[in-house]
Amino acid sequence: MISLTINGQRVEVEPETTILQAAEKLGIFIPTFCYDPELTLVGACRMCVVEVEKARALVASCCTPVGEGMVVHTDTERVHAARKANLNLLLANHPLDCLTCEKTGNCRLQDYCYLYGVSESEYSGDRKNYEPDATNPFFVRNMNKCILCGLCVRKCHEINGAGAIEFMNRGFDSKVTAAFDDPLENSSCVFCGMCVDACPVGALTPKQGLRKGRPWELTAVKTVCPYCGTGCGLELYVKGNEIVGIKGDALSPVNRGLTCVKGHFGIDFLQSPERLTRPLIRKNGELVESSWEEALELVAGKLKEVKGTELAGLSSARATNEENYLFQKLLRSLGTNNIDHCARL
Amino acid sequence: MYERHILICAGTGCISSGTREVKEALENELIKHNLQDKVRIILSGCHGFCEKGPIFIVYPEDIFYCEVKAEDMPELVEEYLVKGNIVERLLYKDPTTAGTVTSHEEIPFYSRQKRQVLRNCGVIDPENIDEYIIRGGYIGLKKALGMEPLEIVNTVKSSGLRGRGGAGFPTGMKWEFAHRSPGDKKYVVCNADEGDPGAFMDRSVLEGDPHAVLEGLIIAGRAIGSDEAYIYVRAEYPLAVRRLRTAIAQAEEYGLIGQNILNSGANFKINIKEGAGAFVCGEETALLASIEGERGMPRPRPPFPAVKGLWGKPTCINNVETLANVPLILRNGADWYSAVGTEGSKGTKIFALTGKVNNTGLCEVPMGISLREIVFDIGGGIRGGKKYKAVQIGGPSGGCIPESLLDLPVDFDSLTAAGAMMGSGGMVVMDEDTCMVDLARYFLSFTQRESCGKCTPCREGTKRMLEILERITRGKGEPEDIPRLEKLAVAVKDSSLCGLGQTAPNPVLTTLRYFRDEYEAHIFDRRCPAGLCRDLLTYYIDAEVCTGCRSCVKACPAEAISGEKKEPHAIDEAKCISCGACFDRCKFGAVKTK
Amino acid sequence: MTNSIGEIENAQALFVIGSNTTETHPVIGYRVKMAQKKGASLIVADPRRIELAEYADVFLQLRPGTNEALLNGMINVIIQEGLADEGFIRERTEGYEEMAAAVLKYTPEYVEGITGVAAEDLRQAARLYAGADSAAILYTMGITQHTKGTDSVLAVANLAMVSGNIGKPCSGVNPLRGQNNVQGACDMGALPVVFTGYQRVDNEDALSKFKKAWGVKLNSQPGLTVTEIFDSILQGKIKALYVMGENPALSDANLHHVMEALEKLDFLVVQDIFLTETAALADVVLPAAAFAEKQGTFTNTERRVQMVRQAVNPPGEAKPDWLILQELAYKLGIEWHYETPEDIFQEIALLTPSYAGISYQRLEEEGGLQWPCTDGEHPGTPYLHQGKFSRGKGLFTPVEYRPPAEEPDEEYPLVLTTGRNLFHYHTGTMTRRSNGINAFKPEEMVQISIDDAARLGINEGDMVEITSRRGHVKARAAVTEKVPPGIIFMTFHFHEAAANLLTNNEVDPVAKIPELKVCAVKVEKTEP
Repeated sequence: MISLTINGQRVEVEPETTILQAAEKLGIFIPTFCYDPELTLVGACRMCVVEVEKARALVASCCTPVGEGMVVHTDTERVHAARKANLNLLLANHPLDCLTCEKTGNCRLQDYCYLYGVSESEYSGDRKNYEPDATNPFFVRNMNKCILCGLCVRKCHEINGAGAIEFMNRGFDSKVTAAFDDPLENSSCVFCGMCVDACPVGALTPKQGLRKGRPWELTAVKTVCPYCGTGCGLELYVKGNEIVGIKGDALSPVNRGLTCVKGHFGIDFLQSPERLTRPLIRKNGELVESSWEEALELVAGKLKEVKGTELAGLSSARATNEENYLFQKLLRSLGTNNIDHCARL
Repeated sequence: MYERHILICAGTGCISSGTREVKEALENELIKHNLQDKVRIILSGCHGFCEKGPIFIVYPEDIFYCEVKAEDMPELVEEYLVKGNIVERLLYKDPTTAGTVTSHEEIPFYSRQKRQVLRNCGVIDPENIDEYIIRGGYIGLKKALGMEPLEIVNTVKSSGLRGRGGAGFPTGMKWEFAHRSPGDKKYVVCNADEGDPGAFMDRSVLEGDPHAVLEGLIIAGRAIGSDEAYIYVRAEYPLAVRRLRTAIAQAEEYGLIGQNILNSGANFKINIKEGAGAFVCGEETALLASIEGERGMPRPRPPFPAVKGLWGKPTCINNVETLANVPLILRNGADWYSAVGTEGSKGTKIFALTGKVNNTGLCEVPMGISLREIVFDIGGGIRGGKKYKAVQIGGPSGGCIPESLLDLPVDFDSLTAAGAMMGSGGMVVMDEDTCMVDLARYFLSFTQRESCGKCTPCREGTKRMLEILERITRGKGEPEDIPRLEKLAVAVKDSSLCGLGQTAPNPVLTTLRYFRDEYEAHIFDRRCPAGLCRDLLTYYIDAEVCTGCRSCVKACPAEAISGEKKEPHAIDEAKCISCGACFDRCKFGAVKTK
Repeated sequence: MTNSIGEIENAQALFVIGSNTTETHPVIGYRVKMAQKKGASLIVADPRRIELAEYADVFLQLRPGTNEALLNGMINVIIQEGLADEGFIRERTEGYEEMAAAVLKYTPEYVEGITGVAAEDLRQAARLYAGADSAAILYTMGITQHTKGTDSVLAVANLAMVSGNIGKPCSGVNPLRGQNNVQGACDMGALPVVFTGYQRVDNEDALSKFKKAWGVKLNSQPGLTVTEIFDSILQGKIKALYVMGENPALSDANLHHVMEALEKLDFLVVQDIFLTETAALADVVLPAAAFAEKQGTFTNTERRVQMVRQAVNPPGEAKPDWLILQELAYKLGIEWHYETPEDIFQEIALLTPSYAGISYQRLEEEGGLQWPCTDGEHPGTPYLHQGKFSRGKGLFTPVEYRPPAEEPDEEYPLVLTTGRNLFHYHTGTMTRRSNGINAFKPEEMVQISIDDAARLGINEGDMVEITSRRGHVKARAAVTEKVPPGIIFMTFHFHEAAANLLTNNEVDPVAKIPELKVCAVKVEKTEP
């Protein structure tokens, strides 16, 4: 174990632990943009810089391992000056359209500016001026809002493997793009949406929830994806009776927040106008709407007519356990074991 | 049997000044006089005195001709080689005494130097391994192969050699880390990505004495337990790349590289990787990323390359000049090496002397020599008799040293204390006509362009610093710009990811420290003391000198100049946009600035 | 799966056969790629050059329908090269000798003749798999949807056992289940032969237990599978069919046969969220609630029971399936009194030993439990067969290679193999109604090799007609290196180009799975 001091508090941690993790253990908050423990540590955003005694410059706590006897300060004037300067610089090159930005209330740039009292930038000058890209059906890319933390790039390369996006150009002209700066749909992108979930600012915005609600108006409901058998945990964001956003559930042991295109962007079928809303009964060859009473009476009557194994039932691999249980119980209670579902398909 | 040897410099500088043409003309003349079997022509590496190229030395007499042209060859062969009369007009003229000298050793540019690393440059044929060996080459390697790896590390440690690439980290310590790092595969890497504008010592060593670098690499490999090396060299150095390839092939042929080198049982392979010209790839972690085929972006340290470097393996990275020092240390011993230099900085350092000095070129001096000696003795003082203002040391990441510090001993620690840095050894001399704000602006525009874009302070901070400097040089500076600039410079220095960002503010910080008055003049008086910032100049026509030729009237895009033909003209200050077109056009020097 | 999804990342070797994991189970696919990047050896066997092939140390591009030969070949190499885990075979298994004798003739060279996989690649694959300290096999329908799917599954088990790669973390046999709750539907007894937890209907103890618990008479004769049900309908033995959330009119093999059966029924009731191709034929359609409109549990492919929670209300008068069933039971005079899904789950736990320790309270608190979970203190089971197989000793079963039921000939010279793509799901009931997904991937693209396309004069995007002995469909062509010459690939997501009009409904004699992965077709360029 390694012993160190952070803000005057002693803490013991495993070797290879980072300063950030050690601080977390003490409940000390350090702001970050580019940090994700599942991804390569890049130390790019420099928001997490802290002062380490005897070190020449400030160090990025997210990627600096602890050392025996290390003395760390996370909230000195020097640290605050660097973080404020950092926010000042980001803000000088970021649209201040928070009033209409979808990310408002859930934006780390906004949160940290609030925390450090940075309301406008001290610097004027050039700003990024890219056309927002809304050509793909799933999300809008506004690279003017991008702070180049690179979380999206690393998610794409290290988790998904699609490698659809990378940094282009150098210095102030740096930009996250697909090959040849083409729209994403012409790239190897598979629209898993993990970049969207990772973005700490409003550069990547799902189309589904546009203008449909502020984060504080939404209720998060944890559930399980209705598609393949992996059983990923999803968080559905609900306003009123509408699902306006979806994210992978970071706490699910199955997917740890990871998603694919179906789970992330394919749930809007719920709101399809083609949904069945009333029972239908075939009359004169046509299916016509009926009441539940009439429909269930009719079904019950017909099921009573057939004898035991003249009845068969197909249960559903998409329905819940409880429903499958009841279905087979019902059919077996009617004297038939002709029950199956599409497990083989 | 040759009677004479003629060395013609074939460094990049002299080649662009006409070495190839000179050689061809000389060959023709020799044949004409039937001397082709008596005189041998050798294309050598760089002599360092690029200002006077092409350099042309005749042995055994050691006659130093300079600035020779192909057209000079008939006379030179006829008069000197045939008749034995020295061609005075092609000799070097001492600008201070105006007298001529015949031997290069008498030239102050050379006499104050201590050419250890450059000992072979300009002397041997870099494409001939035998010439390197005759001059004691590969003896250091032979010794090293008979030593335990840790012994080699300790020798380099006690020599006091520090990295010549920038930060001056003790080389022996670096080797020791890599040596102690566990791993079945390790790499040594030669950083030959010389990116500082104005620096070319690594290129000269690679072009003039490539085997010295190879020998250093093999010794480093032996010391840390590595059997494979990469040389990361800029693709913009085609001659260096070619000579390296030739040298590697020759060393392989001689059994110095490859399987079981010199029957020691050790194997060694050297690969060349050509870089695509990004300044940031001189930073060691970005360089490794580039070798791996990734975008050249720095990675956080730790882990240091010595622990986790190329492809995750322990890796030792040294710069060209550092490696070229190593054979000397092994051959002559640590004590011999550390006899030269200061307490904290041993040996010599090569500087690329450029700017407003009389003698530009490459010079190798003992550590601890004063800046004054370099600029005034070796450099021959300021060109045109102008006044010294400052010297920028360490390239865009360095800082400028004012006149008050001219007696500063040049070593790692003194330079850092003065706010500059050794860097790779670029030394740009500036005279009174240089605007220091404009200088800072120039270097910032370079670092901003070369910032990789990964970390926020460097990417955004250098841009904003540059914008403020541009504003000041355009006469639009605001009083708050100085504190703003200072605050930003400190934040960028303190929180950037890699050396590029951490040192990028140095030109700003040192000019603010030593030339604050120039900033204030730009901002408060709307005046450029050096008379360089165009937007801050007022143009006027000296009626005494003006001939009334009207060419300035035609050149003016703002119709600000009036006056009849053959009458003195005048500039309407209200209309003038300070573009300088009239100034450039006037043949009589009648357009002046204030 | 005998292992957990989380274990994949830490396996030292992964053998993916008959599974296009990155498209059918994308999040598991990420784990496979991450494991490979962390240093795991990856062996991939598939007729198509799927994405994982690009990550593989060895890629075995076998001919469709030759899995058992390939697997026997790997076992042959493992035995011949002394890589078999003799201790494991001795202590944990039986029937080894017979199996070993059966694989004797499957030398890599012999197998090459059947599968088209180079003998040296097969050897390499066997060495990587058997040589690793932990090795997991992942497979899906590429193994099972054949007339000899059962044999292939047995061969997979033989391979795992001969190398001792089962019953340990990161080592096991992992069929990746295709649908969100296909595992749960099986666990719940939505199968003709078993009650919940695989308790057989013809087992006297089970029968009396359920009779007692449910208070009804029960039939001890095993029922019919889907494919048999359709045959029985055509034979007039089945007269009424109740379909809850299934779409056999698009999902099943040889659709003409299925449609004929559905039309012959006296009474068809379909309960679904959309008017599916099947519902359109029904006498009564009952509107159901979708997953986000109700409460309940799903069981995923790693046997993890997880809570499904209601986010929104069902549209109009639609109701959760369980509530519809409860109300129907009432009309039928059956005494049920379920007020919440939790009431039902408690009954499941009571009657199902592997679910006995699971409760809504625990699921809320612990966030999912993997069966078997036999009592309230049981932590769940991340991997199966630790120390002992469920049946006691692991049984080796000799497997012989048999060719697929239908092979290409002069008239139908190409092999059609079917599957899914990343963007769509099953019969498209949901994804075809997702605006973004359907806009991005609106139609079927038949994958055809560059050679075949050139020979048939087909360019990318051309409309082609695909014909088998059972039917014909039109779709656009995607000319690609992903399929080798002689093979075309289609998904079954699109009703406009329903691949199952073409597929062969010959079934595996044991599992009754139709041979969806291999049938003979011809392809011609046609007008849109």
